[in-house]
Amino acid sequence: MKRIRSITAALVLSLFALIISGCSEGGKAHIGVAGDAASRVYVAPGKYDEFYNFVSGGFSGQLAVYGLPSGRLLRVIPVFSVDPEKGWGFSEETKPMLNTSHGFIPWDDFHHAEMSMSDGVPDGKWIFGNGNNTPRVARIDLSDMRTKEILEIPNSSGNHSSPFTTENSEYIVAGTRFSLPVPNQDVSISTYKENFKGTISFIKIDKTTGAMDLAFQILVPGFDYDLAHAGKGPSHDWMFFSCYNTEQANTMLEANASQNDKDFIAAINWKKCEEYVAQGKGKKIDARYAHNVFNDKTQTATSEIKNGVTILTPAECPGIIYYMPTPKSPHGCDVDPSGELIVGGGKLATVIPVMSYSKMIASIAAKKFDKEIDGIPVLNYKDCLAGEVKKPGLGPLHTEFDGKGNAYTSMFVSSEIVKWSLKDFKVLDRAPTYYSIGHLCIPGGDSKKPWGKYVIAYNKITKDRFLPTGPELAQSAQLYDISGEKMKLLLDFPTIGEPHYAQAIPAELIRNKQVKVFQLKDNNNPHVTRSEKDCRVERKGNEVHIYATAIRSHFKPDNIEGIRVGDVVYWHVTNLEQDWDVPHGFAVIGNNNSELLIMPGETLTLKWEPKYPGIHPFYCTDFCSALHQEMQGYVRVSPPGSNVPLTHN
Amino acid sequence: MKPLARLLVVLGALSPLVLFILPMWSIELEAPQYPPPYGLGMKIYINKIEGKNENDLGNINNLNHYIGMKRIEPDSIKELTIMPPLVIALSVLGLAAAFIGKRKVVVGWLVLVTLAGCVGLYDFYSWEVDYGTNLDPHAIIKIEDMTYVPPLIGSKELLNFTARSWPDTGFMVLGFGMAITVVACFMKPRIEAS
Repeated sequence: MKRIRSITAALVLSLFALIISGCSEGGKAHIGVAGDAASRVYVAPGKYDEFYNFVSGGFSGQLAVYGLPSGRLLRVIPVFSVDPEKGWGFSEETKPMLNTSHGFIPWDDFHHAEMSMSDGVPDGKWIFGNGNNTPRVARIDLSDMRTKEILEIPNSSGNHSSPFTTENSEYIVAGTRFSLPVPNQDVSISTYKENFKGTISFIKIDKTTGAMDLAFQILVPGFDYDLAHAGKGPSHDWMFFSCYNTEQANTMLEANASQNDKDFIAAINWKKCEEYVAQGKGKKIDARYAHNVFNDKTQTATSEIKNGVTILTPAECPGIIYYMPTPKSPHGCDVDPSGELIVGGGKLATVIPVMSYSKMIASIAAKKFDKEIDGIPVLNYKDCLAGEVKKPGLGPLHTEFDGKGNAYTSMFVSSEIVKWSLKDFKVLDRAPTYYSIGHLCIPGGDSKKPWGKYVIAYNKITKDRFLPTGPELAQSAQLYDISGEKMKLLLDFPTIGEPHYAQAIPAELIRNKQVKVFQLKDNNNPHVTRSEKDCRVERKGNEVHIYATAIRSHFKPDNIEGIRVGDVVYWHVTNLEQDWDVPHGFAVIGNNNSELLIMPGETLTLKWEPKYPGIHPFYCTDFCSALHQEMQGYVRVSPPGSNVPLTHN
Repeated sequence: MKPLARLLVVLGALSPLVLFILPMWSIELEAPQYPPPYGLGMKIYINKIEGKNENDLGNINNLNHYIGMKRIEPDSIKELTIMPPLVIALSVLGLAAAFIGKRKVVVGWLVLVTLAGCVGLYDFYSWEVDYGTNLDPHAIIKIEDMTYVPPLIGSKELLNFTARSWPDTGFMVLGFGMAITVVACFMKPRIEAS
């Protein structure tokens, strides 16, 4: 009996020990995958996803298109970085898009994607993106998913608080994360407090064409202007920017910009700015910046260097900008669907502050200012506060809304999404993310009417989330269902580059207006060849222009003689197809250039400088037809000064 | 003939004219890589041939070059210039028959239209045979003993394509016009003035 008892005791004790060790190993929150997750995210063959998800590529420079809920990558749209696969930034027609006041730049850091809005709701016309390194904003057309316009921002650097849109896309904004002397000049870096300033730019958007124009800039104190969102409804006339480094440190910001207990949310009344500009209160200063536009009719981009920008100085234009204190080193600045609440995401704050637009307006009217900085009134924190979310988690960054009275904030340090109520600021739910969520997106989550079905977390640390691929890992995203009271994890998927923000729209709003082919009859590219009988090769000095066509499955001409080493050859290739999804590729041996990928009805030009005499083959690089392997040609290149006549078939 | 009967004959006489605005026949082509609703198609009118969708005719011709089939150039198909005046003539004759109002005349007109239709169908089929069998000897895809005659009516597999050939809305309206004319012939006449 005694032995049985002691054996039992030993068993119980070891079992107990096992349970304890199992428990202490955890302590981390776990979220089980929803039981029906597989069926919720499975999009059966032949069926379509519910949402288009446009996700910024961060340091890749591009814009990725995913389908939700499947998380499948549908396309990577080249924007700020060259793309040799598509000839973006390599073809003569697209090279001007990447021109800047510093010359051609093949890359940038695409931070945030923002859809154009009408009446506070995404209208599916365009999506904008910002380039962080060489400050620029881009406009992408959502009917053919191509980049149509890039505008450089002068007097700026670290264009981070961009390209957020006003409620009706009257403007998109840009702002400096890195202050600079304005205009830039040779000064000692330690004179930051005296000489370095920030600029906040408002870019006007033409309602019909989407054309961008730098309307005016506001010269602001040298803080880091990090993120922005526009007011809605009652706060329609306002744009709110989070700013940190009010300490105005220029070195070791990690510590030196984290000293102040509160930084600011800048509230800018852009309507008032418009009035001052109309009254002539803006000062025009020299500033060179590139404006690049892709013309759909000529299928060609042009780059113009513009000079001059109108600057408003707050001290001379009272009422255009106010500072609302906010804890502490804020990142996100998000406005709820009603336009009344402005949420600050203080990275080092212990609460999530929610400011009230109506209280801010009341404070301004009553002139209850704590102090002034460079003529900009600083309001009182408590006077403008609607409430604080207490003990939300660690490292709040961004907030999106579900349109049902709830807010969702990403917590980088505690690696979770926190759901809280806009009514009483109480935490309602937490969902862990894997790992260290940076940004989150609810379809329409920054609009007046969010589609509050999903939230997607875009994380900064992947570690063991997927099969490892060496030390460099794709970043991870998670899809959560937020239709119920508690968040449910549905899917894990990897992303390209580094998503910094995303937008999503119901697929049915834009899928039926997607262009299938370019109509050859509307092709006004100056180098178009509309039919094979117009194919020709022309010499102008040492420039040779080849007017070629591609159609299943041959090029015309496909035998060319009489080109010489020292020639600069331009291949103008027109894809004569008018059939859906029949692109043709084009490449020449040894060309110090990329390929062309030409859509039906499109003309693209590739430059080639042959380096040695002899036979040079070219071919179609995109598998177009049963006889794709036969789609090839030869060019005979003769030595310099040779008199082989220029002929073709 | 009673006035109502005459009216029916008038309508029947006018019905061939819809062939100018509604297609009388359609040929549709589907393949694994041309799934519905993105298949290719041709709509044949009395005076023109059009693609079902904007670029279909060009795309059908481009695909046909692999098998050595002649390009379908509506401008060089004589029937499209001969048939329209014949159809107008038929309509005029039909209106005349309605005016005359005698049952025998109307029946005569119906027989004429039917004959014309048969001639038309025969001509259409021989056109299909010509295009489907007179192939370029240097065609890229040559399969022994293979020809590409689309069905006169119905569906048929031609390599990776399923070809469907059926009368279209214009033909239906013409058929309806003929039917009401037949009905008119069965209607008891008034006491006619001889």
